[in-house]
Amino acid sequence: MGKTITEKIFEAHRRDTPSDNNVVLDIDVVMCHEITTPIAINDLEERGMDRVFDPARIKVVIDHVTPSKDTKTATQAKILRDWARRQHIKDFFDIGANGVCHALFPEKGFIRPGYTVIMGDSHTCTHGAFGAFAAGVGTTDLEVGILKGVCSFRLPETMKITITGSLGKGVFAKDVILRIIKELTVNGATDKVMEFCGPVVDGMSMEARMTLCNMAIEAGATCGVCLPDRVTAEYLWPFIQDEYKNIDEAVVDFRKWHSDGDAHYFSEKTFDVSTLPPQVTYGFKPDEVKDITEMAGTMIDQVYMGSCTNGRIEDLRAAAEVLKGRKIAGNVRAILSPATPKVYSQAMDEGLIKIFMDAGFCVTNPTCGACLGMSNGVLAAGEVCASTTNRNFNGRMGKGGMVHLMSPVSAAAAAVHGALVDPREML
Amino acid sequence: MKTFGGPVLFLDRSDINTDEIIPAKYLTENSKLALKPYILEDLKLPGFDPLRDTKGKGVVVTRSNFGCGSSREHAVWVFEVNDINVVIAESFARIFRQNMFNCGMLAIELPGQDIDALLSLGGKTTIAVDLDKETITARGAKEMTCKFALNSFDKDLVQAGGWLAYADKKY
Ligand code: SF4
Repeated sequence: MGKTITEKIFEAHRRDTPSDNNVVLDIDVVMCHEITTPIAINDLEERGMDRVFDPARIKVVIDHVTPSKDTKTATQAKILRDWARRQHIKDFFDIGANGVCHALFPEKGFIRPGYTVIMGDSHTCTHGAFGAFAAGVGTTDLEVGILKGVCSFRLPETMKITITGSLGKGVFAKDVILRIIKELTVNGATDKVMEFCGPVVDGMSMEARMTLCNMAIEAGATCGVCLPDRVTAEYLWPFIQDEYKNIDEAVVDFRKWHSDGDAHYFSEKTFDVSTLPPQVTYGFKPDEVKDITEMAGTMIDQVYMGSCTNGRIEDLRAAAEVLKGRKIAGNVRAILSPATPKVYSQAMDEGLIKIFMDAGFCVTNPTCGACLGMSNGVLAAGEVCASTTNRNFNGRMGKGGMVHLMSPVSAAAAAVHGALVDPREML
Repeated sequence: MKTFGGPVLFLDRSDINTDEIIPAKYLTENSKLALKPYILEDLKLPGFDPLRDTKGKGVVVTRSNFGCGSSREHAVWVFEVNDINVVIAESFARIFRQNMFNCGMLAIELPGQDIDALLSLGGKTTIAVDLDKETITARGAKEMTCKFALNSFDKDLVQAGGWLAYADKKY
């Protein structure tokens, strides 16, 4: 019988089989940020195990709260910084070079098809967009990853999700994934890999595929994955040009990871997105999703544009189309956090930052920012935010606040209106 | 090996997420113990007072998809430092469940009707876990025993005292 991409990656990385249900995999990339790693570093130090398995395979960034906001976050940053130096970790990104981990690391070419990737961060599933197996883990898994370069997983089953049709104007990968989560529910994909395929995915940019895979965890999935193709090869070309004669050769090589035609799937679902309208969440769970038309008129206080879901250049371009020549409503404050320095400077070169600022946006440095309510952009009780992030949990952006998740275009439209609105009216 | 069990805290809801178990603003703490007072701080359940109701408890019984959301192991540690080392649920989010076993703690899955029966035992219930027999015995309004199944690797992790100890020996 054939194999899925994930089964192929598991086979190529299998170090041990501690039970019928579990495998221990060799890990290609261990990624670290300043919220979940310092406690791992301290613990390893206390145990007399202050080592790393391979400094070249560890990638480190300060992104969640940066620049530090108080002594505690400054201490977290310092622990990470000192450790990266001490362990000779070359790929360490500090203020000035830092950005949201799941946007920054792909941009640096760290992720390749067929890789195994772990990080102490649940949205690590984003990197599956490159045809990798990428999973969020806790601190203990991270410690073992740092120390030994291995991680244990239950054998995953795969849900094949085929996306057909074509996306209408004003409808994006974010709307697609919100709709999928609505149908699967928040635990519909627990312990599963969501394999996204079909003509709509084939036609998506890497940015859009990352948005899709980013939210796989919101349906409980271990990882989201897209099959690596020409789009993947073109994105990665600056980093792989020494390994392949030309892009065609890379595309052919990547096919070795593709799921076989007779691979076994746990389930198969098809979503036709041709008539899909823009989507938005209405409650405190990411599967509480409605058509934005049903929520039109909901007043908002803040707009947040950014995060590992939708803080990339494509997102900023799409939002700027709505904002161009317009102003945000008087009842709204709006914040843009470009996901990485590259996105920021590209947006500057393209004149997008000026459009955002002319519209009345505050532009911050690249950081997770308001997404997890730890630093800037925190909501007061009773306030409502139209956000391009991925989590609407109660209290996520500030105690008593309400977050509505949506695409950058929907968020930009809401900023101008001061309330949720069907963005297609403004395109 | 540790013994597992104690007075039960019932959390009668599905999809309790890690932000409810330990809000992100406490993730700046660099010691597990510092998390202790913030257990379940943002969990809103009728009549539930986190500090009062978690006191003296050793076991949590809850419904499905417990621990969904972020990967923060803090959500496990905050139970650990409050002396709760068993969570019994209809199902868990993957990372939370893995984090429990990685810390040498128990995440036990039981079918919905067993969870219903446990929830009906009322306030002063205690649960004892027999790891060898893979049973839990609950004593409350009445006494009941349920069988559970642990994956052998998860059991090895608990017996080794967690994944770090296990992996350090083996890899
Ligand atoms: S942007 Fe938000 S979801 Fe993404 S890594 Fe940062 S905190 Fe997590």
